[in-house]
Amino acid sequence: MSGNPWVRPYVLTGGRTQTKHQLYVHTLVSASHFDARAATKLTPESRRLYDRVRLGPQSVAELSAHCGISLGVTRVLLEDLASTDHLQINDGAYDSPFDHRLLKRVIDGLSELG
Amino acid sequence: MAFPSSADRQGLTVTSAKIVVAGGFGVGKSTLVASVSEIPPVNTEAWMTQAGESVDPLSDSSAKTTTTVAMDFGRVTLAPDLLLYLFGTPGQPRFWPMWDDLCRGASGAVVLVDTRQLDASFPAVNYFENDSDVPFIVAVNLFDGKLTHSLEKVRDALCLDERIPLVTVDARDRRSTAKTLVTCLTHTMKTTPTRA
Repeated sequence: MSGNPWVRPYVLTGGRTQTKHQLYVHTLVSASHFDARAATKLTPESRRLYDRVRLGPQSVAELSAHCGISLGVTRVLLEDLASTDHLQINDGAYDSPFDHRLLKRVIDGLSELG
Repeated sequence: MAFPSSADRQGLTVTSAKIVVAGGFGVGKSTLVASVSEIPPVNTEAWMTQAGESVDPLSDSSAKTTTTVAMDFGRVTLAPDLLLYLFGTPGQPRFWPMWDDLCRGASGAVVLVDTRQLDASFPAVNYFENDSDVPFIVAVNLFDGKLTHSLEKVRDALCLDERIPLVTVDARDRRSTAKTLVTCLTHTMKTTPTRA
């Protein structure tokens, strides 16, 4: 894991540990455009996340893992980046993970895999 | 690496769903995730931080706020606007706060068992029976392609409710894994209201 072992993780978030949005580990994050100038003004950790999101919609867990930033800190930083319009938190098309329209689509997709 | 960025550019809302793969250490969770994942399963020593919560009972310091845990997950693109994520749970019970986090928002769970070490998966069965609202099924991993104990015996040994589906899976095989995941979500459909 990267990062300075002498710095407590939540120093990066100003001590904040909670997010307003429900950010699941599989919640997708995306960016509609990349603003190179805005990127230079970000802290190194936020910049890593912002750079990575350019590749396409990715889950919170993927971003955390690839950028080497703890899940909790990643959540707070992503929400900050969303509130400043750097990126979008994608709540998905369905309200519930048990929505039968969603389940049906996933089942159909998996059946084609076999 | 392929990202579903084209769908995003077309203005499609990309949706993600999640299935949790639970079970004891060494029962084949990583193998199962790898068999269908399009990305190398991410198995990273992630720093899980739970401020203000004593996560690690082994810690001799109550001020300790971080603990290291291996996260294990994979991804399957099912359609340009639909991704399925599979998350393996960390084996040790001391990571239970992490289980709650992983299970939040999941559409279903598969508890994987190895009949040679059935007890390794007891905590996972207990968790989904008592501590979680996520519908689950139990899958016996056929290590040598053989079922060493009848499913009936496995059900008895696990004290598993008749209503919980119990199936066999070859976790190395993509088709077998996909079929198990279909069984899992079909069970969710049966046990949840149409408009959940």
